[in-house]
Amino acid sequence: MRVMAIVVRIIHQFFRDKRTLALMIVAPMFVLLLMDFVFNGEEYTPVIAVSDNVPDAVVDKLKEAGANVKELSAKQARKQLDDQEIDAWLNMNGSAPHITLEGSDPTANQAALATVQKAFQSMVPTPSFQLKTTYWHGSSDMASFDYFGPVLIGVFIFFFVFLIAGVSFLRERTNGTLERLMATPLRRWEIVAGYMIGFGLFTTVQASLISWFAIDVLDMMMEGSFGYVLIITFLLAMTALALGMLLSAFANSELQMMQFIPLVVIPQVFFSGLFNLDTMEEWLRSLSVVMPLTYGANALRDIMVRGQGWSTIAADIYVLLGFTVLFMVLNVVALKKYRKL
Amino acid sequence: MAADPCIQVEHVSKRFGKKIVIDDVSLNVHAGEIFGLLGPSGAGKTTLVRMIAGIDQASEGAVRVLGADMPELTTMKRIGFMAQSDALYGELTALENMQFFASIYGLRGKKKKERIDDMLELVNLADDRKKPVHQYSGGMKRRLSLAIALLHEPEVLILDEPTVGIDPVLRQSIWAELKQIQKRGTAIVVTTHIMDEAEKCGRLGMIRDGRLLAVGRPDELKSETKSQTLEQAFLHFGGVHQ
Repeated sequence: MRVMAIVVRIIHQFFRDKRTLALMIVAPMFVLLLMDFVFNGEEYTPVIAVSDNVPDAVVDKLKEAGANVKELSAKQARKQLDDQEIDAWLNMNGSAPHITLEGSDPTANQAALATVQKAFQSMVPTPSFQLKTTYWHGSSDMASFDYFGPVLIGVFIFFFVFLIAGVSFLRERTNGTLERLMATPLRRWEIVAGYMIGFGLFTTVQASLISWFAIDVLDMMMEGSFGYVLIITFLLAMTALALGMLLSAFANSELQMMQFIPLVVIPQVFFSGLFNLDTMEEWLRSLSVVMPLTYGANALRDIMVRGQGWSTIAADIYVLLGFTVLFMVLNVVALKKYRKL
Repeated sequence: MAADPCIQVEHVSKRFGKKIVIDDVSLNVHAGEIFGLLGPSGAGKTTLVRMIAGIDQASEGAVRVLGADMPELTTMKRIGFMAQSDALYGELTALENMQFFASIYGLRGKKKKERIDDMLELVNLADDRKKPVHQYSGGMKRRLSLAIALLHEPEVLILDEPTVGIDPVLRQSIWAELKQIQKRGTAIVVTTHIMDEAEKCGRLGMIRDGRLLAVGRPDELKSETKSQTLEQAFLHFGGVHQ
């Protein structure tokens, strides 16, 4: 079959160009690893202020749990929370402990909260223990690496596949081989299908390795099924592949292909849920509807953070499939530029 | 000889926007004939052969190849095309390039292997078959392109400036090869801007600014204009008198 001829050729080319192959797989892992270092890094030592009404036993336990403990008056504590010199302030309301978290840094919040809980749990065996928590700044909804990790997996897969697919198809256009193919009995759809399958094989490997790396090596939060993660990352990659091919029709050089990154990829990163869009104007927010990454990131987060299954992500899957088919059809049409038939 | 010509070009014009690139060109090419298209660069030679190959469509008039109105995909399978620029995959070896194109033309199995081996032998690249093409010299790439165009034993062979940038020895061997292919009954169209290469063609079409100035055997064209060389004949037909 002629489509298979293209598939086999792409596989050959990939193994010749090991650097591109590596870029596709290692680069996203590398960036995720850096992100992991930045956000999860070394165990954070929280600075916790305690009022003088906190029992000494608790203070000892806090120190044992690895916190940097300061004794401060209520007034001093409030001042230092404002200045971000302490991460949390522990105070007793009668017998009920009350912790005030500084709040703007999720890492510090978690570390302080965990330390205090640990301290209390080890001395009060009763499960009735209640820690009252308030936030000085921010709220408990603040994102952490676990929260935007799934989005990042989607972003990096989308980005690298888009770039590599776009550039390789562009090369086919600029070095004349696409035109040469047009002198053969190949049909336009066969070229598109060949590319989708050939690249699809590599993006499957890529998506699997990156997902495995993020979940098993970087220990990203994973509540749902790995299979679903693979489906979503694969579909995102296919969408990026078809979109990259399509946009390469509007670029005359590799440099011009790069110029699509700020136009096509970056806005999607902003709108895909990495940042909270609730405060944005409604019409602006609705832009995310036309962005494939929105659906991929949303589904990944549903699976990995919320542990959701098929019924929740099905809609996202259909939309991603729809985008892929749409871009493929547009590709077949765009090839008319080279041959009408 | 009653056989229909392999290639019939009838009153063909091609416009890109308002620009007329080919203006009312008619010509026939028969089986077993080498037909040369001679003209300066920019004359429209490439556009004309692209229409014959089925890549481009005529704005007016008809191009018929092997009895079918072009462009038509099943007929394209019977045409061999060698583009002006070497359209090869540089990271792949010569062998892999040939395997790719052979599969596209539907060759498979033993037949495919045989054809590839024969063609590599023919263009003298058998020893370099495992080398990636980006390590090839310009001449080697031209030869590989020719081998690819011949892979599927086309009945019509279209060569767009096949010997550009090729040394004289190699050029001679390519022409010797073309004569061999011609003997098997293949219709060959060659574009060139080199006068002494045009001498080797059975018949010649002189083309300038998209118009066919004259068609005939090289010696006919010379005697008709009482010229010593094709260059003088070309100038004569082009309306320049010395």
